[in-house]
Amino acid sequence: MLKKITTVGDSSIICDFGENVDLITNSKVIKLFYYVKNLSQEKKIKGLLNYTPSYNKLLISFDLEKVKSNEIIERINSVDLTAIPEIIKPKNHLIPICYDEEFALDLKLMEKKLNLNFSEIIKIHSETSFFVYMIGFIPGHPYMGDMDKKLHLSRIPTPRLRVPKGSIGLAEKFCNTYTFEAPGGWNIIGKTPLEFFDIKKNNPSILSPGDTVKFESVKKSEIKNLK
Amino acid sequence: MMSTFSIERPGIHSTFQDKGRFGLQHLGVVAGGCMDSFLSDLANKLVGNDIYQPLVEFAHQGPQIKMISGKVHVSITGNIKFEIKKNNKKIIEGIPNSSFYLEEGDLLDVIATKKSIYGYLAVEGCFDLEKINNSFSTLLKAKIGPNGGRKLFINQKINVNSTIANNNKKLLSNFDKVNEIRVLPGKQLNYFSDKSLKDFYLEKYKISNNTDRMGARLEGNKLEHLSSFNIPSEGIAKGSIQVPGDGQAIVLLNDHPTVGGYPKIAHIITADYDNFVQKQPGSEVTFKEVSLKEAEIAFDKYLSYKKKQQSLISNANE
Repeated sequence: MLKKITTVGDSSIICDFGENVDLITNSKVIKLFYYVKNLSQEKKIKGLLNYTPSYNKLLISFDLEKVKSNEIIERINSVDLTAIPEIIKPKNHLIPICYDEEFALDLKLMEKKLNLNFSEIIKIHSETSFFVYMIGFIPGHPYMGDMDKKLHLSRIPTPRLRVPKGSIGLAEKFCNTYTFEAPGGWNIIGKTPLEFFDIKKNNPSILSPGDTVKFESVKKSEIKNLK
Repeated sequence: MMSTFSIERPGIHSTFQDKGRFGLQHLGVVAGGCMDSFLSDLANKLVGNDIYQPLVEFAHQGPQIKMISGKVHVSITGNIKFEIKKNNKKIIEGIPNSSFYLEEGDLLDVIATKKSIYGYLAVEGCFDLEKINNSFSTLLKAKIGPNGGRKLFINQKINVNSTIANNNKKLLSNFDKVNEIRVLPGKQLNYFSDKSLKDFYLEKYKISNNTDRMGARLEGNKLEHLSSFNIPSEGIAKGSIQVPGDGQAIVLLNDHPTVGGYPKIAHIITADYDNFVQKQPGSEVTFKEVSLKEAEIAFDKYLSYKKKQQSLISNANE
């Protein structure tokens, strides 16, 4: 449940759903996120600039020239979260992934740390149905969970300065996708040829918070053109 | 009229910006936009534009621009040293916070920002740019924005749909900047020792060289965490002051990451944000805690000051 709403500086508020990082908590965050986004787009709340869901919080930023925090807090407090309808139907995605050793940069390390061989790791990974907890860090970059306990890994000891675009990584109970080349410390299990993000599109990201994702193994020849 | 500039020297960090790209932070895209909204609004106002037109933001050293064709009404705002070399070789020393005309063959040299970081160049009319997802702002890291999401580059041509309906304008004002920055307390104060919380308000903090549009790193007394310095990642608001494991605070600025997992000790109030972003590396600031009420009153004052200054814009020849 929504535990409390507090101000963050003078032009943001944060809706706090407690400390748990789990699907139940996150689903509530996402429900409120879509509700607030919709209110803003239908101009039923004025002055909102951004709304950012994370594992267990929703940050709402606003234009101080148009609205003050107490008005927004009052408005959100008046919402009965259990009664709000599902506005957006989450999408289910099937994402191609190539597990070839050329792209699975941490294959050896993962086998050793997990005490599993790579085909067992692939099997568990490709059978998991992931939930998009949040998107952030770089544009379109998803944090997806929950990974089977057998694949829980800590980050690699020395983060890479450049993880190739399209790389798919694992850390703790989460799976990500490097939608652009970026520094990072997740264990790289494979690579996707899919373009996740295009700012010129009206909705630039393929994934949205609350969507579900399954990975489908593809051959190296199918993504050969990927750079 | 279509007029054209050529970039003879791009400067250190010159980008197209506007008020920002909003409504996409949940997809990992930060709003960005002009760092100093007082000066950027003023630049547009000086040439008779509304405040939503794109402009060139430059930092430290600005661009050198040659007019290839046409005539453009230009303004420069900030504490800026610049000059205009007319086609007839006459050199005119630039007066910042004023507007002037550039004609074919003229060379505008934005030499440096003085005791500040950012300055703005606006044109009457509009730069001929593609709006990317409702905004002209440039996010360099993600290569998002007009101009291919890049900085200005040497020899590039920039077209302007220029109008010259307005007279040259000026605003003779002295925008003094104070070194005391007002903040609201952070949300994760329980992550810091009492000593750190005291130090934060008593000690001076120096802006480090490691400062850009994403954030300003501060150097000073180490801010100790009680135990952990990780929180579950949460959405980040502009002006938040986070403290990573090394105990040196980072003020998150316009191009900040959208989410992050370090505890925040304070948040700069909106009224003092423009003032803070102009602090050069090496300069020192102190922080003063205020209440939300005080922050909101300060913002109203900031806003009326901004509007007052805009109303004082007068014809340049008077």
